[in-house]
Amino acid sequence: MQIKVVMSKLGLDIHWRGALVVSRMLRDEGMEVVYLGNQFPEQIVDAAIQEGADVIGLSTLGGNHLTLGPKVVQIAREKGVDALIIMGGVIPEDDIPALKEAGIAEVFGPETRIESIADFIRSHVKNTIA
Amino acid sequence: MEKIAEYFDKKDDVSLGKLLKEVENETPISFDILKHSSMRKGKAHIVGITGPPGSGKSTLVSKICKQLAAKGLQIGVVCIDPTSPFTQGALLGDRIRMQELAKTPNVFIKSLATRGNLGGLAASAADVVQVLDAYEKDVILIETVGVGQVEFDVLGIADTIVLVNVPGLGDTLQTLKAGIMEIADLYVINQADRPGANESVKDLKMMIRESGKVGWQPPILQTVATEEKGVKELIESIHEHKAHLKSTNLWKEKRQERNVARLDTMIQGLLSRKVEEYIKEEDGWQHRIQEVKEGKTDPFTVSHEIVNGLIHKNNSKSGGRYVK
Ligand code: B12
Ligand SMILES: Nc1nc2c(ncn2[C@@H]2O[C@H](COP(=O)(O)OP(=O)(O)OP(=O)(O)O)[C@@H](O)[C@H]2O)c(=O)[nH]1
Ligand SMILES: [Mg+2]
Repeated sequence: MQIKVVMSKLGLDIHWRGALVVSRMLRDEGMEVVYLGNQFPEQIVDAAIQEGADVIGLSTLGGNHLTLGPKVVQIAREKGVDALIIMGGVIPEDDIPALKEAGIAEVFGPETRIESIADFIRSHVKNTIA
Repeated sequence: MEKIAEYFDKKDDVSLGKLLKEVENETPISFDILKHSSMRKGKAHIVGITGPPGSGKSTLVSKICKQLAAKGLQIGVVCIDPTSPFTQGALLGDRIRMQELAKTPNVFIKSLATRGNLGGLAASAADVVQVLDAYEKDVILIETVGVGQVEFDVLGIADTIVLVNVPGLGDTLQTLKAGIMEIADLYVINQADRPGANESVKDLKMMIRESGKVGWQPPILQTVATEEKGVKELIESIHEHKAHLKSTNLWKEKRQERNVARLDTMIQGLLSRKVEEYIKEEDGWQHRIQEVKEGKTDPFTVSHEIVNGLIHKNNSKSGGRYVK
């Protein structure tokens, strides 16, 4: 079944190139990517509910990963969304354990090869159809 | 099945999202979802927004939603973008122009990829609309893929068609004329802040007059979607068209026609699946198909043999492959 990804830039971060590059590449890997532009955690989760997302992708180069990232996971789980939640952008190595602890499945930094993102998604996505 | 009814009764976005996910992916359970929703549909005003790529469909949809939501209406939006024929992937980007709706309650947005469908809609679009309708949305807006000349599937599921154009398409309009005059109930010249809007309106007026259309006369509106200009008037026209449909009984007729069309496609789908299964389970047919492949016999004869064989088998329950 086709994998559906909801991709968002986190909060007010203006760096859009990475999010768009990853969106296009995941499309080329055969996935359906809904690109939201900039949104905050609650709205990202709402979109994931409406779109029936298998994956929520968060892009941030703006330094808000620790404040907003875990919030997305928390709200998603509260609302019963069990989509895979991944993150990418410029994120200090030291912050990654905390993000994973909070339920971000994986963090992808600059120069990540797209195959590794696509492979990670394919091997971790649960097809959530009841 | 009980669970499906529960999901329908809950009337929350999480349940609706789950139902639509099944329907979008045509899972086995979606059959029951569609059966269940079929008898509950029929109240929503279904509005198709179509037009060339980049004309401003998403921006307009966003502003229309904003104003309708402010009136307390429940709105469903279905946005369709093309699937890449090479990778089967898709980038669904209409939500970028609808960011301001994220905090608007009462608006539920579903993006669909065409998944190989060529008519400007997704294969599951009609099903998704049906479920939204059954979920008691008052208005459902469908944004088609940016259309060229032949992608008119939206006609089959919408009550009101809004064709969005931009100024300076005079020549293009001429070439589109044949198909386009018949499809729209409302014409919008969006991006009216750009030069040539008045000329475009004039061109359209002339073409509508030339077409000698009787009954509903499609209004021509100018909008600047980015500044929300003309959107109020557009919504009024959409409502007027709805009133027209109701007063002329077309509202009911369209729904009845859609029901029959649906029956038709269901029958065709079911039949071809049954035939496929039948061909697989009876060994002899592979041989006949091979003969067609090699040109030793013709497809006209063999198609009759197969279909008649299936009918006979079902009548006698004993397999009647050679009956003509
Ligand atoms: C270009 C750029 C800008 C441009 C942005 C233009 C644009 N359209 O994007 C401009 C000039 C506007 C800009 C502004 C700023 N920038 Co700047 N910018 C950069 C720069 C040089 C390159 C970013 C880029 O486009 N990379 C190319 C893309 C393809 O790579 P990427 O985004 O990293 O994406 C890859 C991966 O991270 C991953 N990925 C990304 N997103 C996602 C999402 C998912 C789901 C997944 C799986 C993977 C994934 O996959 C991609 C492909 O490998 C970086 C430096 C750097 N080397 O990263 C700084 C940088 C990101 N900027 C930085 C800063 C500080 C700023 C400003 C705050 C500066 C200021 N003081 O005004 C402002 C932004 C303010 C704001 N509100 O956000 C810092 C961030 C520091 C931090 N977070 O710790 C950086 C790292 C520079 C630095 N070394 O200090 N910036
Ligand atoms: N100047 C001007 N620009 C507009 C107007 N309406 C939309 N735009 C811009 O036109 C571009 C395309 O708008 P969209 O709403 O994405 O158009 P669309 O028809 O949905 O595009 P597709 O879905 O790709 O076919 C965006 O950059 C909008 O900001 C308008 O009234 N005036
Ligand atoms: Mg659009």
